[in-house]
Amino acid sequence: MESRAPVNAEQFMKALPHCGAMNMQLQQIGKGQATIGLPYDDRFVGDPDTGVLHGGAISAVVDTCCGAAVMSHPSVKGATATIDLRIEYLRSAAPRADIVTTAECYHVTRSVAFVRASAHDGDTSKPPVATASGTFMVSAVKP
Amino acid sequence: MSRRRPEPVQVVKQRRDAVLKALVEHIPYVRFLGISFERRGDELTAILPFREDHIGNPLLPALHGGVTAALLEVTSNVSLSWSSLWDDMESGVINVTDPAEIDLPRMPKTIDFTIDYLRSGLPRDAYARAVVTRSGRRYASVRAEAWQDRSDRPFAQSNGHFLMPTRDE
Repeated sequence: MESRAPVNAEQFMKALPHCGAMNMQLQQIGKGQATIGLPYDDRFVGDPDTGVLHGGAISAVVDTCCGAAVMSHPSVKGATATIDLRIEYLRSAAPRADIVTTAECYHVTRSVAFVRASAHDGDTSKPPVATASGTFMVSAVKP
Repeated sequence: MSRRRPEPVQVVKQRRDAVLKALVEHIPYVRFLGISFERRGDELTAILPFREDHIGNPLLPALHGGVTAALLEVTSNVSLSWSSLWDDMESGVINVTDPAEIDLPRMPKTIDFTIDYLRSGLPRDAYARAVVTRSGRRYASVRAEAWQDRSDRPFAQSNGHFLMPTRDE
């Protein structure tokens, strides 16, 4: 299976209003995998005493990343809709840290795609900040 | 036998509104999304006024799933904090004479959060309410629902677990 034409990552993110508003950065996409960055921003803080990001902000970028991974899967045609998404918060992100999320669409049936994802704050000596798993409705054609 | 006279209504309202305001307004991300809370007694309803930058897919158009997730998570967290503060607020342990000086305990920390996307979010205002289904010393379970036009047709629901802050932290 040949990979798709490279997506203009910057344009793709700007076409999605909320992703543009949060300044999400699509770093890599293709073959069911996606990497999206969320640069630190004071507006996304959940606890101003510590400068730690709100869980909802991490959810937003994880949700986007999972959707992007599904859409880039070679078997998936057309639009996707999230059925469910579960996020586990393993630890607090380091104060003022940028977040990078990666998602992998690891299985696709005719109508459902399965995804897992993780979010990291750059400290590779520690586990991810959050892990997630989700399912999406799709219409898929087997390659 | 004498009974204590009930407090004047404006004293009760002022105290509860001051604590709710302190609870919500210090969270930058809640301000970023534009979420506010309405109160009836102890019942809270979160309101997310529609904005163009809440759109995820402009072709449908639909609310971004992350915005829906954030609305449910903020509603769950604030409702849980609110219910855990209720007794201290009503008994006067929390001093509310100066609203800028209200000293609140840390917010509960999300352990995990699961969202069911029941139907796509329309480009209009959304509302959410949460129910604390278990409130323990160490952790709590919170269920929430979000709706737009009809409250009996939620467009998303969630279930989350939260680690409770320790008092002396």
